[in-house]
Amino acid sequence: MEHAQQPFFNRGPTPFARFLLFSLLALVLVVADSRFHYLTYVQQGVAVVLYPLQRVALAPAALVERMSGFFTTQTQLTGRNNTLEQQNLVNAAALLRLEALELENARLRGLLDTRASHSQSAVYAEILYSHRDPFTRRVIIGKGSTDNIGQGQPVVDAAGLVGQVTRVYPWASQVTLITDKDMTVPVQVMRSGVRGVLFGLGSDGVLELRFMPFSADIQTGDKLVTSGIDGTYPAGLPVATVQEVERNAAFMFARISAQPAAGVNRYRQVLVLTASTPHPENPGFEDASPPRKRGRKGG
Amino acid sequence: MGVSAGPRQELLLPVRPGFVWFTLLVALIVNLLPWAGLWASLRPDFVALALLFWIVREPRLVGFGVAFTLGLMMDVSQASLFGQHALAYTVVAFGATLLRRRLRMFSTDKHVLQILPILLTAQAIILLVRLAGGAAFPGWTWFVPPFTGALLWPLVWVVLLAPQRPRVDPNHPI
Repeated sequence: MEHAQQPFFNRGPTPFARFLLFSLLALVLVVADSRFHYLTYVQQGVAVVLYPLQRVALAPAALVERMSGFFTTQTQLTGRNNTLEQQNLVNAAALLRLEALELENARLRGLLDTRASHSQSAVYAEILYSHRDPFTRRVIIGKGSTDNIGQGQPVVDAAGLVGQVTRVYPWASQVTLITDKDMTVPVQVMRSGVRGVLFGLGSDGVLELRFMPFSADIQTGDKLVTSGIDGTYPAGLPVATVQEVERNAAFMFARISAQPAAGVNRYRQVLVLTASTPHPENPGFEDASPPRKRGRKGG
Repeated sequence: MGVSAGPRQELLLPVRPGFVWFTLLVALIVNLLPWAGLWASLRPDFVALALLFWIVREPRLVGFGVAFTLGLMMDVSQASLFGQHALAYTVVAFGATLLRRRLRMFSTDKHVLQILPILLTAQAIILLVRLAGGAAFPGWTWFVPPFTGALLWPLVWVVLLAPQRPRVDPNHPI
């Protein structure tokens, strides 16, 4: 008779087996996240658990900032106040003109009987931290789905476009900056009206306008604004300034590098534009579903 | 020195589980601090260090499951690829289980060279996952944190072992 040998100590699977199990699980998660974006709800759950920890972690920095704010000198304050007042005057003048233009625009649109261009509503948010993942250019802001922030909304600061909300947690959200390697922004040259697509390069302070023909009317110093044809970014937001135009016959396209207008890495206050244009319904999905039903009926 | 040239063995009090969870939590919070500039590129992975220590010292309390869960938390907080830190910490946990018995034969300053390969492997795995996902190579500074982490190891050892050292009552020496 053979007896299965009882182990002295019940320890479960061997370390190597556990290692294989957990690393396989992790790899499955990586693939599911990077390829299929399946795990949003799991991530949101983890984010909720993490939120108090992050608050604790950010508390010292906030405290230091408050302390240093307390000890700013009066001259600094008055100086700042002066510059802000001057800026306010300039802005007020521009705003008055904008109001007049908006009215005029509304009238013209009424004449043309087109859809009224949406009014923007915005949520003010502060950048909590930018993390040290060197592969991406992303920041976390302190407003989330409880403040009506949704995926895909554009984020701007005082100078121009900062990025786009890419992941939303209940009390925070992740903003991918336009300098990220995977970010593209449809832009238009303000001076000549030429349209193009601006690509992030994954390093700070540089963007590239790709696939522009040699003959394109673009010069150094041209201002690039969003063209609005993608439906994600409203038209007319400043994005970048053209820094260098290289027309080399060895390449198919001109090489145009640009510098982002917004202080993508400098400022702490941003605005999330929450009421962007609703996307037109994707005709692809509608076309795809009915034949399937028919197929079922037939089969 | 004879054959048994290991470190001086000392009698320690049993660890309180609460202390283990507390230190892992603190390590996570320290990782979440808004590190910036040079410090960010120097910052060792404190969670990996704490995990290594506790898996070496208390394998019954802390194991692969804890490592994996902490990895998922790091992934969400760093907004990195979901699962990359989980994979790295699983590797760390495996390295720690391999080293568990061996480390007891050496003094802490000699641990450094044995810890380093584990931390380097974990860092390299994150890099490989990201490169496979289409990211660009972030530069060789990527491999700095494992070195600072390994150099911090003796300090981690002293700090995390401190509550277990018995206090000698000066009035009643043994």
